[in-house]
Amino acid sequence: MSVFHRLTMQQRAGMVILLCLAVFAFCAPLAGTDPDTQDLRHAFAAPGAEHLLGTDHFGRDMLARLSGGMRISFALAIICVFSAAVSGVACGLAAAWYRRWLDTGLNFLANTILALPGLVLILVFAAIVPGSFLMIYIAISLVLWVEFFRLVRAITLPVVQGEELESSALHGFGKWYLFKRHIWPAIAPDVYSLSAFGAATSVIAMSSTGFVYVGLKPPTPELGLMIVELFPYYYKAPWLLLEPIAALFLMVFAFQLLAGKQP
Amino acid sequence: MLKILLSRLGQCLLMAWSVGTLTFILTRLLPGDMAYKIATGRYGDDAVSTAAANAVNAELGLDRPAFQQYLVWLGDLITGDLGTSLVTGAPVVHELKNQMSFTLVLAFWAILAAALIAFPVGLLCGAKAETVPDKASLITSTFIRSQPVFCLGLLLIFIFSMELNWFPVAGFGSAEYAVLPVLTLALSLAAVSNRVVRNSTRQAVNSAYFHFARTKGLSYAQAFTRHVIPNVIVPGLAFMGIQLIGLIEGVIMVESLFAWPGIGHGLSHAVFARDIPMLQGTALVMGMLFVAINTLVDISQHYLDPRTRLEN
Repeated sequence: MSVFHRLTMQQRAGMVILLCLAVFAFCAPLAGTDPDTQDLRHAFAAPGAEHLLGTDHFGRDMLARLSGGMRISFALAIICVFSAAVSGVACGLAAAWYRRWLDTGLNFLANTILALPGLVLILVFAAIVPGSFLMIYIAISLVLWVEFFRLVRAITLPVVQGEELESSALHGFGKWYLFKRHIWPAIAPDVYSLSAFGAATSVIAMSSTGFVYVGLKPPTPELGLMIVELFPYYYKAPWLLLEPIAALFLMVFAFQLLAGKQP
Repeated sequence: MLKILLSRLGQCLLMAWSVGTLTFILTRLLPGDMAYKIATGRYGDDAVSTAAANAVNAELGLDRPAFQQYLVWLGDLITGDLGTSLVTGAPVVHELKNQMSFTLVLAFWAILAAALIAFPVGLLCGAKAETVPDKASLITSTFIRSQPVFCLGLLLIFIFSMELNWFPVAGFGSAEYAVLPVLTLALSLAAVSNRVVRNSTRQAVNSAYFHFARTKGLSYAQAFTRHVIPNVIVPGLAFMGIQLIGLIEGVIMVESLFAWPGIGHGLSHAVFARDIPMLQGTALVMGMLFVAINTLVDISQHYLDPRTRLEN
């Protein structure tokens, strides 16, 4: 529990919200309702006993769709952040430690990616293979990778050149020990908070591609896509539109709380 | 000064090269025949035939070796020829010029409005830190920051167009069409920057030089204008500059949401229609806008902050 105690109130609140959302997202399918089954006779059903969150314009159960959308967002956020963090930390370390051509090459790659705003890069990727989860995943991971790489490289550089690490190295300690003892403690807090921000970024990015209709394809219950699909029915059933918006808001909000520091 | 401009020029070239190369590689990495895929994108799944694919092949020169196509594309880029749109058939450059004027109008008013919101709010909250207005601004900023910019836009549409009927939902025409898109962008920018302004104001108000100014007899208002505001404007503007990257991403979403006929709208349409020349063109222009904004930030920084001039 020591990790939990070190967190600020904000971060704890974020963690609690995320846990609730995760329970909702991963336990709702146990009820056995399919998110794609249409029931046109019961379209636009108000929230009630049969459908806890109502049904959409095709009579699909909103509870099942919302939890499905949140599962996709969680899955994407987790794998994007994981790939970006692991490769970004590895590359940042390598660049700072070995310098020379490796540093030059990786910096060139990072600058090339940074030359475009993140969302433009993601949209270009999404354009190439429409409706592909893989493409969105690769694009978001690339955008996040740059941040991890630059951060880790910037923090590691002075540590690698510092006296503490030098004397440890002179005592004959191996590379792994040097990393664990000297570098990881320096980068860990920033890697944690960047991961939480990265998760928020990937949730926003995927819903943005869905919202401009170039992300995942219907009938996938993706939050951005659901918002744009339900928008025309605002007057008829405003609660339908507010549900995915609220889900999206809560996810992003919780990840940002978890990140702790202000950006 | 020259150094700033040169490095930004380098960034611009790198960006152009990477957009071209990236789209080029990605489109060719895919399994399947390129011509058939473009034909599918253009005419729909049911209307694809060998004849349509051949027509696409001949038109785009896809039957030539990939390397040759790449060189042709780069050569065209250098001479400023971006090809023609696959959807409208008009030259991409012409379309981009049209869209650009709309985007610049939107971006200009959004930046201005953001500054007009962020600085007064930030200065007030910083001077009166930990009071009710300060906490209210913290909560509002957090609320705005915790959602994608298109959700904020939708929220404004619900309130001001659908419930109050003050402004049109979307489209382009008289000035009132611009109010909601500008407000959406401005609020999303100001949500972060007002906190930055607030923090630097608070720092300045609690500083020794501010107390000294008060002790030597200046009134609060005099000390505030002379010693706080200059020390807030430099970091505030610098931060707004960094944030403008977010403005470009916001422009894409806001233009799509409000059907504003600018570059961002063009980009999402090009993506949707798989209009590759148009996609390259819009991505290129968004990238150039990005570099241009960064350059402006560097230059204004250079003139506003005497310390950066000393370093050079």
